[in-house]
Amino acid sequence: MSADLVRVRAGAYHDSVTLMRVSRTAADLPGVEVALVAMATGLNRGVAADLGFGLPEAGPGDLLVALRGEDPAALEAAAAELDRLLAGLASRTAGGGDGGPAGLDGPGGFGGFGGCFGGAAGFAPRTVGAAARALAADPGPALALVSVPGPYAFAEAMDAIEAGLPVMIFSDNVPVEQEVLLKRRAAERDVLVMGPDCGTAVIGGTGLGFANVLRPGPVGIVAASGTGAQQISCLLDLAGVGVRHVLGVGGRDLSAEVGGLSTLRALAALDADPATELIVLVSKPPAPEVARTVRDAAAGLATPVVGALLGPGGGDLTAAAESVLRALGAPVPAWPSWPAPGPARRKTGDGGARGPDGPDGPDGPNDANGPGEPAGRDGATLHGLYAGGTLCAEARLVAGAGRFTDFGDDAYTRGRAHPMIDPTLRLEALAGVPAGDVALLDVVLGHGADPDPARRLAPAVAAAVARGTAVVVALVGTEGDPQGLGGQAGALRAAGAAVFASNARAARHAAALTAGVR
Amino acid sequence: MTMPLLSGEPRVITAGAEPLGEALDAQAVPRVRVDWRPPMPGTGADLARVLADPRRVEANEVAVGRLVSARPRLVTVRPAREALDLPPGTFLHAGPPITWERASGPMRGALVGAALLEGLAGDPEEAGRLLAAGRVRLEPCHRHRTVGPMAGVVSPSMWMLEVRDAEHGGTAFCSLNEGLGKVLRYGAYGPEVLRRLTWMGEVLGPVLRAALELTGPLDLGALIAQALQMGDELHNRNRAATSLLVRELAAAIVDAAPGRAAEVLRFVHGNDHFFLNAGMAACKVSADAARDVPGSTVVVAMARNGTDFGIQVSGLGDRWFTGPAGVPDGLYLGAYGPADANPDIGDSTITETAGLGGFAMAAAPAIVRFVGGDVPDAMRATRSMYEITLAEHPAYRIPVLGFRGTPVGVDVALVARTGLLPAVNTGIAGRVAGTGQVGAGLVSPPASAFTTALTALAEAAGPGGGPER
Repeated sequence: MSADLVRVRAGAYHDSVTLMRVSRTAADLPGVEVALVAMATGLNRGVAADLGFGLPEAGPGDLLVALRGEDPAALEAAAAELDRLLAGLASRTAGGGDGGPAGLDGPGGFGGFGGCFGGAAGFAPRTVGAAARALAADPGPALALVSVPGPYAFAEAMDAIEAGLPVMIFSDNVPVEQEVLLKRRAAERDVLVMGPDCGTAVIGGTGLGFANVLRPGPVGIVAASGTGAQQISCLLDLAGVGVRHVLGVGGRDLSAEVGGLSTLRALAALDADPATELIVLVSKPPAPEVARTVRDAAAGLATPVVGALLGPGGGDLTAAAESVLRALGAPVPAWPSWPAPGPARRKTGDGGARGPDGPDGPDGPNDANGPGEPAGRDGATLHGLYAGGTLCAEARLVAGAGRFTDFGDDAYTRGRAHPMIDPTLRLEALAGVPAGDVALLDVVLGHGADPDPARRLAPAVAAAVARGTAVVVALVGTEGDPQGLGGQAGALRAAGAAVFASNARAARHAAALTAGVR
Repeated sequence: MTMPLLSGEPRVITAGAEPLGEALDAQAVPRVRVDWRPPMPGTGADLARVLADPRRVEANEVAVGRLVSARPRLVTVRPAREALDLPPGTFLHAGPPITWERASGPMRGALVGAALLEGLAGDPEEAGRLLAAGRVRLEPCHRHRTVGPMAGVVSPSMWMLEVRDAEHGGTAFCSLNEGLGKVLRYGAYGPEVLRRLTWMGEVLGPVLRAALELTGPLDLGALIAQALQMGDELHNRNRAATSLLVRELAAAIVDAAPGRAAEVLRFVHGNDHFFLNAGMAACKVSADAARDVPGSTVVVAMARNGTDFGIQVSGLGDRWFTGPAGVPDGLYLGAYGPADANPDIGDSTITETAGLGGFAMAAAPAIVRFVGGDVPDAMRATRSMYEITLAEHPAYRIPVLGFRGTPVGVDVALVARTGLLPAVNTGIAGRVAGTGQVGAGLVSPPASAFTTALTALAEAAGPGGGPER
């Protein structure tokens, strides 16, 4: 007999990503078999109902705690532990304005009163507008990073624009008409809007969203694609070329509706930055009339622009990185790769890392198959399980065939975190790839991403390989990333995956495996 | 803008998924964390339309600019029949429009008292029948540039404070304050109530008028600014402002009416809330300056009639948006308790509308216990109001907050976005007519008043959020 414990904490709000972490912690508490800690939205109520929990009245502004286990006493203890955890989050929230640096707490901050009025006197800003007002007291650049649920992103982004602050909209599911309104208003106020659905940005070395730690350098990137920009900037970093800024513009910016408003503004901003010597424009095929406008604008800049057009008719991301290197007169290196150990390998007997520093010397850029010679898997199916939309599209094009799923797509992120943070759905899909088939995954490192993706992925890879599924990983990152490129590659390789720093090469390798080349 | 952005280390405002903020902390990037939560349920579409209205930002700047730049001056005191052109048989009342049928106990009591004062009826029963028969025309004070505390009933023979805005030229009126205890504004209509009102019309009003003729217009804005620094929040505490007013007028009262000066000064001294009505008129004339700016989402009136709580919004003319008035939460006098309390009543929320009262609670630690809280509660109340207002008052400042201006200019859109309702201080009237004041406390306006106003703003903004430029 299992028991259920269901509690509603009225008006206690936490963001969904934080709550997913809390849910995971709750599931690990002693005596807890099932745990759901979430805002009581329609979607989450549905999840709870599917799990068989009986639910009291609650709305999207209320926190729902639902636990199941054998022992009611253990559930009570777990609920008490959760309350402590949530109280910790809440006090951090309430104290957000307290004792902070002057200016961050607004004029007349209470830091100076010490114990007189205590933390209760503080009041953290509730809107971007209020935060911007508090910041306005101090000079210096500022920007807003908005990652609230898509339907609410418009208001917060508009606050930033009206305060004259650039804004990065990480949120997805923002209606296109709202994007147009935001970007028009931003144009009137000479403000840059990055996004919506802008996953990455780097501003003078500061990473926003999912951002890699890049060596400083002369390149500025304008990107309509987050993971596309990450792939190119990471390859440049691996080739020893630094990137100063990555300005995301959102995947729809070059559509006829939006008209490239953010692309034009980002190009102008990079052109005005004296430290940017080369601009890279990463985009999917734009609407024809927008392409002309952007081309004209790029031609009018003092800074040279290298276009990286992705998709049909364009090149792949690795080829784009290589053309940037050539434009800078820098050598094109062999892109690092780490071959799969075990029977699949032919040339590299010890299975060690290959690549610039690998024991077997440079892995030539023309070696389409990369590390290890693909073992023939005639008639096998390629399963592309991706977190990055652009990486997924690139792999599909390069591989030519296979079943590809972009788990970062809006359809999979409604009501849950991005797969770069929460790998659950992808791991389930990997477990479902039949023996004899080939799985191709991307793993993206950097700030904001899973602090140790290999921790959960490596065992899943090992399980897949053990049952006869070949696993190929495109690993996008740098040595400077918090997770470390080499360590992650080593762990995934040790689990049996073939690992490539270039997604295009990973895709070619995976396709060759299914085609039974040699 | 983009130049400084790309050339220096940016400070980052984060709203949403906390791991993205933590990634900035890991890079030691200075950031301000927004304590974001979803807006009031069902407001998403209206909010998007209102926020997209291209008129909004400028309209709100104009409206709030007028509100805080008003210069209220007390110019004279005169009877309502003369000041307001109030014809016999017409009474004004607090809050949004109300009928006798829907009126609460204290509102009915005050109307009965006014009917007796005006000689329309010989006794309370007759007055009640008269009112129930609709023989007296009832109109909201706000429709006549007037505000009234609690029941806010104004009849033709009552004397009114007349306040003029030296900046924008507007005029506003409020009755004279009767004091505490059994008074008309709390619905009492006994003989002592009527006797006092008669004395106010025969002695207090004329003496004050004569004194003001000697002093010339009195700068109420300056008195309010000083009183805030002396522990008043100008709604539930008016002790400092009343004292300051007496200092301004005492000599002129003696000069103008030596034979009556003592009783007038004694009456004012006996009533810590004497300034309240002058402050309300000052707030009314300031808020009225912000009216009728198309596209503006600024609240220009909050008022209760004992049954409904209503607001008016600058961009929406004189339409009322109402919800049920709540029962205040606070402390009770003597043996009274919550069961004796009438729902929220009075136009005195004009003080909150203009950035005083509950919004300036941090200025008045002396009364926080009276309204059932503690000092940190007062600080939090004021600080939270900066989240739903568009400006900080340039003249009304709070010493304990580092002389920060009071939060002023409630934005309907910010109320819906944050779910924070205006903090209101108020007296509590007994629910039975004739009881008088039973306590004082804090009250929350109904969210529906703001959400329905938001819907009207969305309709006014048009389908795409206003005309395209």
